Amino acid sequence: MRHDFYLAWRHLRHHRTRTLILVLCLGLIAALPLGLHQVLEAGEYWMTRRAEATPLLVGARGSSVDLTLGALYFSETGVPTIRMQEADRITATGWADALPVYARHRVQDQPLIGVTLDYFDFRGLAPAQGELPAILGDCVLGADAADRLGLGPGGTLASSSENAFDLAGSYPLKLHVTGVLAKAHSPDDHAVFVDIQTAWVIEGLGHGHGETQAAPTRPDSPFGSPTVRRADAGLLTYTEITPENLEFFHFHGDPATYPISAVIALPHDTRAATLLQGRYLDDHSETEIVRPLDVTRGLLQNIFRVGALFDGILLLVGTIALLLVALVFSLSLRLRQREIETIYLLGCARLTVLRLLFAEILLIALIAAAVCAAVLATAAPYASDLARHFILS
Amino acid sequence: MIEIERLSFRYPGAGTGVALPALRIERGARVAIIGPSGAGKTTLLKLIAGILTPGTGTVRVDGITVSALDDDARRNFRISRIGFVFQELELLDYLSVYDNIVHPYRINRVLKLDRQVRDRARALAEHTGLGDKLAALPRELSQGERQRAAVCRALLTEPDLLLADEATGNLDPANKLRIIELLTRAAERNRATLLAVTHDHELLPLFDRVIDIRQPGSPRAE
Repeated sequence: MRHDFYLAWRHLRHHRTRTLILVLCLGLIAALPLGLHQVLEAGEYWMTRRAEATPLLVGARGSSVDLTLGALYFSETGVPTIRMQEADRITATGWADALPVYARHRVQDQPLIGVTLDYFDFRGLAPAQGELPAILGDCVLGADAADRLGLGPGGTLASSSENAFDLAGSYPLKLHVTGVLAKAHSPDDHAVFVDIQTAWVIEGLGHGHGETQAAPTRPDSPFGSPTVRRADAGLLTYTEITPENLEFFHFHGDPATYPISAVIALPHDTRAATLLQGRYLDDHSETEIVRPLDVTRGLLQNIFRVGALFDGILLLVGTIALLLVALVFSLSLRLRQREIETIYLLGCARLTVLRLLFAEILLIALIAAAVCAAVLATAAPYASDLARHFILS
Repeated sequence: MIEIERLSFRYPGAGTGVALPALRIERGARVAIIGPSGAGKTTLLKLIAGILTPGTGTVRVDGITVSALDDDARRNFRISRIGFVFQELELLDYLSVYDNIVHPYRINRVLKLDRQVRDRARALAEHTGLGDKLAALPRELSQGERQRAAVCRALLTEPDLLLADEATGNLDPANKLRIIELLTRAAERNRATLLAVTHDHELLPLFDRVIDIRQPGSPRAE
């Protein structure tokens, strides 16, 4: 067999372009369905792990998929908001702890997530560098977000304006990076976290500005009190929160009515979970409660159905490609008729001719398998990211 | 010694073939086979080599009735006893000159490619002026060099019977002479019988005997 493989290798090497095309075709035909499964499995693991860690989720009634994708995986599609008082209501029941999440904004293409400090404990997120946000205007970056933005503790980034044409809209806020979280292999890695109040400032619900000026005193004014203060054109709204101007930041209205995307509910036990779910049975309520694991499984089932369709298509394409490869081999046999005749005249048995051809096919298959393995190994680190883009976009 | 009796062969569906009432060639003889196209010169060589089996009659080489052997035995006989030089079916384009020379050893299990054979292959290449071309591919050689490499391949097994089928067909006069000299000297050295089909009458003086095959009828020795 050693000589068979040597001769087969010499032949393949001599016709290297043809061999390369064959090997690439076969390698990619095998790599495509396997890669798709790799991506789907990575996506399943990535999504299920997150959903399993989140017992219950309360949000605006509507699409439970959008709610789960928005609040857990920070998808780009927006989620209708609910009021902050929902978190207070859940806490007040005494059945569960409530973690509000506000995931409406994005900053330099990364999701900007408003949370409370409890969120970091709940997800087991700890800073790898620096520390967690301490005051308004601070932010902490997920590991991948820090890489992508090229920022670390001490850096700054500006929140993007909601709408460039909205003159009355909120000002971009300069955020101070206080830390970078350790890699968690979850959607948290891609997020920029701020305190929920900072998110409201970015929303325009809170702001800071310089001292308003005292109005000029007019003795004959019907409003003549010298204590009246008014804002004039010189009023400056702060675009950066610093220890010096922190005291000038304030919110208007009742914070209980401020928007959040969802509340992660952490029931104390199974009974508490059941009771809490019972409170949201009313169809007319503006809010609903979902089990992210159920939603995610339903979503994954659909994705796997699409995956199965892809499998079918790839199987068909693969079969056609293999038939073409077989055609190439049979045509090449015709072209090699003279060579086969020569080696037969030199005393080669017909079985040896078959062995030589088998050695060639085996070598091509082995090299194609190596190409397939290389493609899969190269793509493996990106499988999770690809799954994230595929599922969330 | 080659002994042929009442030999007849006809290609299926074709009018061509060969018919020989009797032919005897002594061991060590250098024989040229001439005759018009289609007379059956190549067919005769293939029948002697056991590549074809006769319709009737017998072919005996050194007492072995080749035509009575089964496929495997005929093949083994061909590998171990016969060196064949072809006019057209020559070198494999994807193998180097060295690999082409040792090729019979790679495709036949009855032959063992050991150090001795490798050394003999290099020595043959040196002797035929191909010593510096061992790594070259056939396309990098001249026609004469390619035919010399084919002769090396045929001689490597040190055969008892050398068959050359128009081995000088496409060569210039100098190379024709060189190839025939190579074959006759190798036959002389190994005490092998040489049967060479040729159309070149100027080469005939280099042979001990010339057999003219004309159809129909028997061979005519000149």
